[in-house]
Parts: sequence; C-alpha cells; structure tokens
Amino acid sequence: MDLRVTRVPATADERSAVDAVLGEPESGWAGGERAAVDGHVAFGGLRRAEERRHLLLPALHALQDRVGWVSEGGLGYVCTRLDLAPAVAYGVASAYALLATEPAGQVVLHVCDDVACRAATGDPAPLLEANLGPTGGTGPVSWQPSPCLGYCEHGSAALVLRAGTDGGRATVAPFDVARQGELVALGDRLDVQALPTPLALVPQLERGDPSVRLLRRVGRVDVASIDAYRAAGGYEALRRAVELGPAGVIAELKDAKLLGRGGAAFPTGVKWETVARNPRRPHYVVANADESEPGTFKDRVLLEHDPFALVEALTIAGLTMGAEQGFLYLRGEYPLAEQRLTHAAEAARRRGLLGEDVMGSGLRFDLELRRGAGAYIAGEETALLNSIEGRRPEPRNKPPFPADHGLFDRPTGINNVETLLCVLDVLTGGSAAFASTGTPQSTGTRLFCLSGKVASPGLYEVPLGTSLRSLLEQAGGVADGRPLQAILLGGAAGGFVGPDELDLELSFEGARAAGATLGSGVVVVLDDTVDLTVLLRRIAQFFRDESCGQCVPCRVGTQRQEEVLARLLAGRAGGVLAGERALLADLDAVLRDASICGLGQTASAAVTSAVRRGLVAGLQEGS
Amino acid sequence: MTITSPTAADPTPVSLRRRIELSVDGQPVTVHEGDTLLDACRQVGVEVPTLCFLETLAPVNVCRVCVVEVEGSRTLVPSCSRKAEPGMSVQTASDRVRTSRRMVLELLASSVDLSLAGDDVQRWIAEYGARADRHGPAAAPAAAGERDRARPGHHHVGDGLSAATVHQPAKRDNELYQRDYSRCILCYKCVEACGEDAQNTFAIAVAGRGFDARISTEFDVGLPDSACVYCGNCIAVCPTGALMFTSEADLRAEGAWDEDRQQVTRTVCPYCGVGCNLELHVQDNTIVKVTSPLDHEVTSGNLCVKGRFGFQFAQARRAAD
Repeated sequence: MDLRVTRVPATADERSAVDAVLGEPESGWAGGERAAVDGHVAFGGLRRAEERRHLLLPALHALQDRVGWVSEGGLGYVCTRLDLAPAVAYGVASAYALLATEPAGQVVLHVCDDVACRAATGDPAPLLEANLGPTGGTGPVSWQPSPCLGYCEHGSAALVLRAGTDGGRATVAPFDVARQGELVALGDRLDVQALPTPLALVPQLERGDPSVRLLRRVGRVDVASIDAYRAAGGYEALRRAVELGPAGVIAELKDAKLLGRGGAAFPTGVKWETVARNPRRPHYVVANADESEPGTFKDRVLLEHDPFALVEALTIAGLTMGAEQGFLYLRGEYPLAEQRLTHAAEAARRRGLLGEDVMGSGLRFDLELRRGAGAYIAGEETALLNSIEGRRPEPRNKPPFPADHGLFDRPTGINNVETLLCVLDVLTGGSAAFASTGTPQSTGTRLFCLSGKVASPGLYEVPLGTSLRSLLEQAGGVADGRPLQAILLGGAAGGFVGPDELDLELSFEGARAAGATLGSGVVVVLDDTVDLTVLLRRIAQFFRDESCGQCVPCRVGTQRQEEVLARLLAGRAGGVLAGERALLADLDAVLRDASICGLGQTASAAVTSAVRRGLVAGLQEGS
Repeated sequence: MTITSPTAADPTPVSLRRRIELSVDGQPVTVHEGDTLLDACRQVGVEVPTLCFLETLAPVNVCRVCVVEVEGSRTLVPSCSRKAEPGMSVQTASDRVRTSRRMVLELLASSVDLSLAGDDVQRWIAEYGARADRHGPAAAPAAAGERDRARPGHHHVGDGLSAATVHQPAKRDNELYQRDYSRCILCYKCVEACGEDAQNTFAIAVAGRGFDARISTEFDVGLPDSACVYCGNCIAVCPTGALMFTSEADLRAEGAWDEDRQQVTRTVCPYCGVGCNLELHVQDNTIVKVTSPLDHEVTSGNLCVKGRFGFQFAQARRAAD
C-alpha cells in the first residue's frame, strides 16, 4: 500500500520503544536505514500488512509506556513499520482511554470514581482537585477520574502510570486520604516499582471455610512457583484432559452442565464442541480477562492469586478445541495480574506445559498475553477479537458467531476467566460432583463481588442457588447496621434489588424469574445514606463514556439517558415528569431492542429497574 | 439494483443459488440464498427505511433504522445485513419495530442537522412521529476542533437542560471539498468508500468513541496533509450533505443552489481509456457537480480526481472565449 505518513519524525526514544516490540526494521521500506537494495525490491504487500496488523495495539502500548502518549511522529513510525494507514491507526488509538493522543504528564493517576467506590467512600474529586488541581493536567503529576478499576473491595483505588524507561504501572488500593497525601508529596520522584502490592480481600479464606473451590489456592499457594501450584493440585486437570481427549472433555463439560459465567450463560460444552468440530482451520482459543463491569473484581483476584490456573485452563481449552494458539486478553488496568500471568506462562513453557509437546501429549499449544487499553466495550467478545486484530474495539454483528467466524475470521472458542477455571473444577472433581453442587439447572459455584456499604467486603464463593439474603449475611450484612436501601446486582449492566427481595435465589433461572441478572456477580450494597439518583447518573455517565459509538441507539441514546438523569438530579424536571418517564421508557426500548451488542442492550437496565422499583426520587409510579 | 442479480458479497449466479421461502408481514416471499431480509422486504414492496445502507458498499448495519422483528429473535435484527433463512417470519410494522425506528430517527434528528438528508428522511420522521424537540433545545455548537480533541472515556457531564449535538463549524481546508460534520450521522459510508470498499486510500477513519466518535484524519490534520487523493468518492456516498463539493456549498451559501434549474448530462470521462461515465450537473451553463451512476458497471459510482474535479478546463475555456 502507498502510505502517506506524517513528516514529523519519531524521536529516538519512540523508535526504540516500538522496535522493542516489533524488532529492528527489515529495510528502508519499514522505517530502517535505506540500503541500495531497497530501490529495487519491495517488501511486504497488503497481505503481509494484514498479517502484522495485530501488533498495532502492543506497539501503541510501547509508545504510551515510554513517552506517556501516542504522538504524531510515534504513530507515523508505527504505521511505517506495520504498513498501516495513519488515519486507521489513529482511529484505533483514539478509542482507548489508556492511550493519550495529546501530551500528558509523566505520572498520571487514574482514580476510580465508579459506583462501588462511590457507594463506599464517595466522590474522590474534591480532595484530588485540592491536591493536584483540575483533571487532565500536563504537569509532572496529574490525575483523571477512571471507571471501575476492579479493586472494589477496598472502596477506593488508583492506577498509577509513570512513563519512561524507569517508569511502570501499578495499582494503589485502597487509595485513601493518607495514600493520596504520600503520593502527592512524592510528586515526580514517585517510584512505581516501590509501591506496595495491593491485596485481595477474601473473607471466607480468613475464616478457613473449606467449601470454596475456585478460590481454594488464593492466598495459600506461592503465586511465583509452578511447583507449589502443582503440589496444590495444579495441572491435574490438564493431565486428565490429555487422558480423556477432546471428546471426553466435552462430554464431561456437558455432563457437568457448566454454563458460561460471562453473562450469557451459554452451555460451555456445546460451545467447545461447535469449535472443535468446525472443519475450517486454524482454530483459536481466547481467555476473556477484560473484566471491566463496574463492581467486578472476581477475575482479578483469581488472576493475581492463582495465575497458573488460567494458563492451565486455557491450555485445556486449546487442546480440546484443536487450537495451537491461544490469546489471553487482559484488561490494561491490571498490571499486577499481567506480571504474574506473564511469569506463569514462562514457567509453564520452561516445563513443557506450553509449547511444542504439551505434557507429552504430542500436541502443540502456546499462548500470548495481550493487554487491553481502557475500553469496557473490549470485554464484549467480538469487540475483544477486533481489539486483538488491531482494529477498533467495535462489536461485530452476530450472527455469525465467533465459533464460526472469530479471531482472524477463524473458528474461535472464547470464554470468561471464571468459566475457564470452572473447567478445572469439572475435570479434577468430575462432572458428577460439579453437577451435584448448585441447582439442577445452574450447577457449580459462583463468585460474588461484595462491595459498597457492607460489613465485610470481598470476594465470596457460594453454590449457585444460594439466596441473596444468605450471601449478604455471610458478608456480615449492611455496614454499621444501617438499613438497606437497595442492592445493585450484576453490575452497571444489571439492576437493583430492594430490601424486600432478598430471598432471590442466586441462580441463572432464579435471577431470570425475578427479572434480575447475576451478570458478573456484582453485589454493591447501598444503605440509606447513598443518593441513588447520583449513583444512577454515574451509571449513565459510564455507558455514555464506554459506548463505542458505532450504532445510533447506543451512541446517542446513552447521551440522552445521561441528560435525563442530570435533569432529575437537578430537580428541574418540574411539571414534565410524565414526559421524562416516557422518554426513559423509549430510550430503554431502542437501546434494548436495536443496539448491536450487549453494552447498548443493557445500558438502560439499571435505570429502568430503579424506575420500576420506585427508587428514583420524583419518578415513582403514579407521580 | 435488481434484487436477483449476483451481489459483490455473493457472486454466485442467481440460478445456482438455493431458493429460500420466508414471510414478510404475513406475505410469503421467495428469495435466493445469500439475499438479505431487506431484499425480501423490497421484493414484496414493503418499504424499509435505510440510512447507512448502500448497494455498492458492504453493509455495516450501524444506523439501525432498518431493523425488523424476526420471530424467535430476542432483539430486533438489521434487515440490511441479516441473511434470509428458510421459514423466517419477519414483521416490519410491529410496535417494537416502529418504536425503535422512531427513536433512531429522533436521536439523529435531535443531534445532527438532517436538513440536507433528503426527502425520504423528512417523510420517515413525520411518518414515525419522531420528535426531536422532546430532548430539549439544541446545545450550543462546539468550537472548531473541540469535538476532535474529545478524550475517550471522559466528557463534561452537563445539566441536561439542552440536548448535546454534533454541531460545529464546517471544515474547509482545500479547494475541492467541504466537510460539515454538523450533518454527519456516522454511517461509515465515506470510510468504506475511502477504504476497502472502493478507493483503498484510508485517508479517514472513525476516531474517538461514544457520542464523541467522529470521522477523522490522523490527529485531525487537514486533508492536504492527509492521504486524501481527492477522488470525491466519499462525497458521492454521503447521504446527508456533510461532505460536499465546494462549488455546491458556495452556491448553497449564496442561496443560489437550485436543483430544479440543473441539467444532468451523461457523458464519458475524457481523461483515460477506462470509460467511466460521468453525470455533469450543470446550472446556469456551469458544471457545479460531477457524479457517476451507482449502477454503472465500470465505476459503481466511483471516480478519480480527474473525472470528479477535472472539469474546470471546460469552464476555463469558456471563460477564455
């Protein structure tokens, strides 16, 4: 392709950062030294450019990590290296919140102000503005509000990013007043590597509860040691999978009646079988570790504290579905998980548990970790595939489904982290044991993320079918014994449950019958002090910020929904409440019915459920 | 387009394709495998509004105004891209369909200037009862470049008393095009025409996200600094007048643009031997716009810079006479 790339040259720093990812340029055509032969030979071509396009996001990350933003020169160099049009690459870069296309400070704090942290500790903006000035500054230390960072059990969190060769990325949680003071005092002397490692709160483990299954190794097994993992039962599931073969594994999953934990509750065995049987090759498997639903931190805890488990589970998925290549797509806000997963994969590779001959099975499988860049929408499975491919993280129309036309248009098995870890449980404990837990339709256990105004926030694992009341009781009930106002169940894409609905059975069918959803297992507890309209506007703002903008219902509908909430909050609806209610109902209809993907289809779910339950001041039925 | 002709997506001769029977609003329809629900609707004379669909481009199904209800489907489906399947029962006028179409039109009309989007759009707005005004008065237009600098994941949360729009000053950075993104419904047609569906230049792409998504060059550089080759194929496919010849924009600004007084003459481009057909739009004995027929077998509506904008010589000679 004829490329027209900016005349602004990349700096030496930018070039070396990109070259570290893409290797040295092969020729003058690809941005290297121009040699005599370059005048006579053309390298590349459109096909090769397409084959290398998946390196775009890693290359953009390299620029961001090194110089703190994606500059015109830097982007131009990436385009020269990848034979990609700059407008296309800019379209990709400008879709991600963790890639800046304007200069930013050397240290940037992304501070969570999303529903769970807000419910627990309020809006962090006033204090940050007092300490660091307004958002988005370009001084040495700047801050900006961030959607959920996945450390909800701590009630506050900040992602600290420092650009440069001596830089780094780390999460600080909790990010309370004292921590804020420390970080501000350090200023640009802040050493990201020296920040304390954030912990995970898992109250059941502190109590020694023997019933946990997915969480059994969390906090008990050295996360850096593959031997410790194996001593704790690790790689038994892979051994069994190799013995059973693909058909045997799929039969086990079907007998276990395992349903996907990502939200759609699709039978995992059926999905794996569809991919495994597809005659088109090659196949791919993908782990969706782009956990971003506000209030969700379950995958993070597993990834940080049991990293080998996901590596093992994805290997099983690969062998079963006939894939030799897997991708682990991890959200960009989880630097600790990235470190530990990278280490785990390397350790597994050294032991022959990834690579040419996995566990002596004669089968080849390896995986690659890909880091997201701040886009909730990339958690939607087809948007995630586009993100890996180096395209804008826009969802694809379904059908066709990924099992037929997935990554690089090939049959692809894509599963949520929790689902994959359930596969380990099915294979080690057997399908009968798995199916005997939970309800007849919803088998196994489920992770729930308790946050907000709850006595013991943290990650809980209970059999499906447990009542919401019992789960809340395990977590000690509402903090400080205050009255419960409502629970946000399932996340921003979920809905509210009132204090009179606590007998709700936490199973797929139980939630459906109650007009609720388990979503990603979010349980944000809201006491009587929380202003629900403020919370709803934050949710509306979240969807307005995270919509990819592709389809009209979601692009404009999320904007309009936020405007209605803003009016209600300001109490200015005045005499036109009936109009506002009708408007919300119409927005709900078009979002739910006509949006391309699950983001738009659930963008009005929380607002609609709050209105229906009379939780929005001024919008009660009959008002 | 004739509905039964082979399409770019499926070049198999029609006679070799399986026949598929389905129903649209209760009427039985037979189409061929590979045809879409839109094809089926058109075949029985049911009008389905479309905005982002164009016969010569791959369907992107983003505007969602063509949605229909398919029995058994949880959500509505875009008829422009959904392939017909045997036994499908399609409803095009149910309450769900009408509500979603009305809202799509309403959301666009409340945020975008649709005044040049054509008579069909105005008619649909009336027919479906879309009321842009109930979202509040339009917010003040953005300053030049403001929307182009929007950061993903961040926006100013307003008081909701006015309805946010995409209104902003038109971009005029070259002699040939005007880009007035106040009129842009983000149908992706220009991106497709500039990119893999026609020109393969990739000078523009969708940038940003959510309500801040926009058509942009890299870093919003002007067209002269971009990869643009001024083929004008983006203008040819723009359904709302956001992209326009400067000659047309200037006449419109003067209030002198008058399609009733224009004569359209079909001719063959004189520049090379490919044989592209041109349609010269002439007003007051001056060429004001050049298009090519969408169904022309050589061009499919596309031209190069010479065919599209190389007409000045005709006028220059006339001026010299």
